Amino acid sequence: MGSVFFVQLAYLISAVLFIFGILRMSAARTAVSGNAMAAVGMLVAVVATLLNRGVVSYTVIVAGIVVGSAIGLLLAMRIQMTAMPQMVALLNGFGGIASLLVASAELLRGGAAVGEGSMIVPVAIFLGILIGGVTFTGSVVAFAKLQELMRGAPITYPFQQVLNGVILIAAIASGVTIVLDPTNMEAFALLLAASAVLGVLSVIPIGGADMPVVISLLNSYSGLAACATGFVLGNAGLVISGSLVGAAGLILSKIMCDAMNRSLSNVLFGAFGAAAAAGPAGGGPERGPVKGYTPEDAAIVFGSARSAIIVPGYGMAVAQAQHAVRELMDVLESHGVRVRFAIHPVAGRMPGHMNVLLAEANVPYEKLVEMDHINSDFAETDVALVIGANDVVNPAAREDESSPIYGMPVLNVDHAAHVMVIKRSLNPGFAGIDNPLFYNDNTMMIFGDAKGTATAMAEALQQS
Amino acid sequence: MLADPAAALTIFVLSMFVGFFVIAKVPPLLHTPLMSGSNAISGITIVGALLAAGHAEGGTATWLGFAAIVFATINCVGGFLVTNRMLGMFRKKD
Repeated sequence: MGSVFFVQLAYLISAVLFIFGILRMSAARTAVSGNAMAAVGMLVAVVATLLNRGVVSYTVIVAGIVVGSAIGLLLAMRIQMTAMPQMVALLNGFGGIASLLVASAELLRGGAAVGEGSMIVPVAIFLGILIGGVTFTGSVVAFAKLQELMRGAPITYPFQQVLNGVILIAAIASGVTIVLDPTNMEAFALLLAASAVLGVLSVIPIGGADMPVVISLLNSYSGLAACATGFVLGNAGLVISGSLVGAAGLILSKIMCDAMNRSLSNVLFGAFGAAAAAGPAGGGPERGPVKGYTPEDAAIVFGSARSAIIVPGYGMAVAQAQHAVRELMDVLESHGVRVRFAIHPVAGRMPGHMNVLLAEANVPYEKLVEMDHINSDFAETDVALVIGANDVVNPAAREDESSPIYGMPVLNVDHAAHVMVIKRSLNPGFAGIDNPLFYNDNTMMIFGDAKGTATAMAEALQQS
Repeated sequence: MLADPAAALTIFVLSMFVGFFVIAKVPPLLHTPLMSGSNAISGITIVGALLAAGHAEGGTATWLGFAAIVFATINCVGGFLVTNRMLGMFRKKD
């Protein structure tokens, strides 16, 4: 009993607050309070730690918290909603490197004493550094791809997986060395380098459209890294919270993979899109030229429509078109058109990306319908309006066994009476896959920027 | 604290199960806030950072602890605030 007991009790309370917080995040009505509950849980854990007898020097701590809070506050307030995928990637990375630093500090502080007692501490230090390092550099690469600081397309080279395997073996070998001799600084340096390189190399072959999986997975890693530090410190609070996040990321990764009908290993190692982009364009059946339509043409069709389903994709995010789309929705509704949105699970660059953008534009969330709940409604819908989406509405995934995305669940927009597609050009999507939807007789291609085109449509409709 | 490795492993495995069941209830609508919120929770590693920096023997370990505090605090503060900002946008039609 005594102070140690109460500190542990405080960690337990914070873990319970995290669990209740996540539970309350399962409904939009209670989610704000759920997030606040989790934040209180964090505060409890921090205060309990500061009261710990082991903590005697507060100067460094206060300085670190002040600097970190200021940066965190600025990031959270300044970030645009369209940049949320980058933001989450960056925060994942920070969590990862924090865990790496904690594990490293314990190794340096403990030195030879680390190995005394049980093997679990040095093994956990090894895992904390490895997972933390991979999370950090992997997240930085994901951030760079999403921020378009580097090309989003997969980067591949011969013997890629062999090289990754060799580096992983080097990391494990240095880990074993550290477990046997915690004072071996060469092994420590090698482990740091191998982890960092492995993070970079494992994310560069993954293309932009697969980012929802990568971000979920990095999220999971950041939790597992925190979990490893929990084992290092023998701290149950860290273990519980870290594994909650680890589980969350794994589930989201699985949901994203299922939504593309691909396995996790195919996403991670398949370099999806690299082969298709490298090959010659076309190759499929010859198709006639696509006729472009104007926003005014679209307004005429909308004039006699009673129902519409809008399908947003990454193009809407890139063009920052969510507010223009919401205005179009308002105009359509004032003309008596019933408007709903169909959200594909992997539309955009992270799980739930489209929902956040449309919520920002004040689209009521009851209008945002999941794929499985809306797919059968397209057949009874007058207009399906596709805004900056491509692969997630490609009927070849249903019909063409030779298509690289055959088997992926897609939104059946082609079943609607009229299909309108707003797209910048006829360029195939990121994966370089031809989309027969664009050539259908009931499809109107409207070429242009999503924001400008949606606004032009709304104006044309208002004047009619 | 957790002297027994088996106890730590038990807690780890059971927590993973709790995590799976709790998170499976979150609808796709809220997947982004779930992710940024759980991301903030992974900032719990700040506990380790505080311990590393607070031991006051100075030297490399303390500075590593300081850097860890900065990163973990950005993770927590940034994560919870941006999640709060996002969730404030999800409202019902009046």
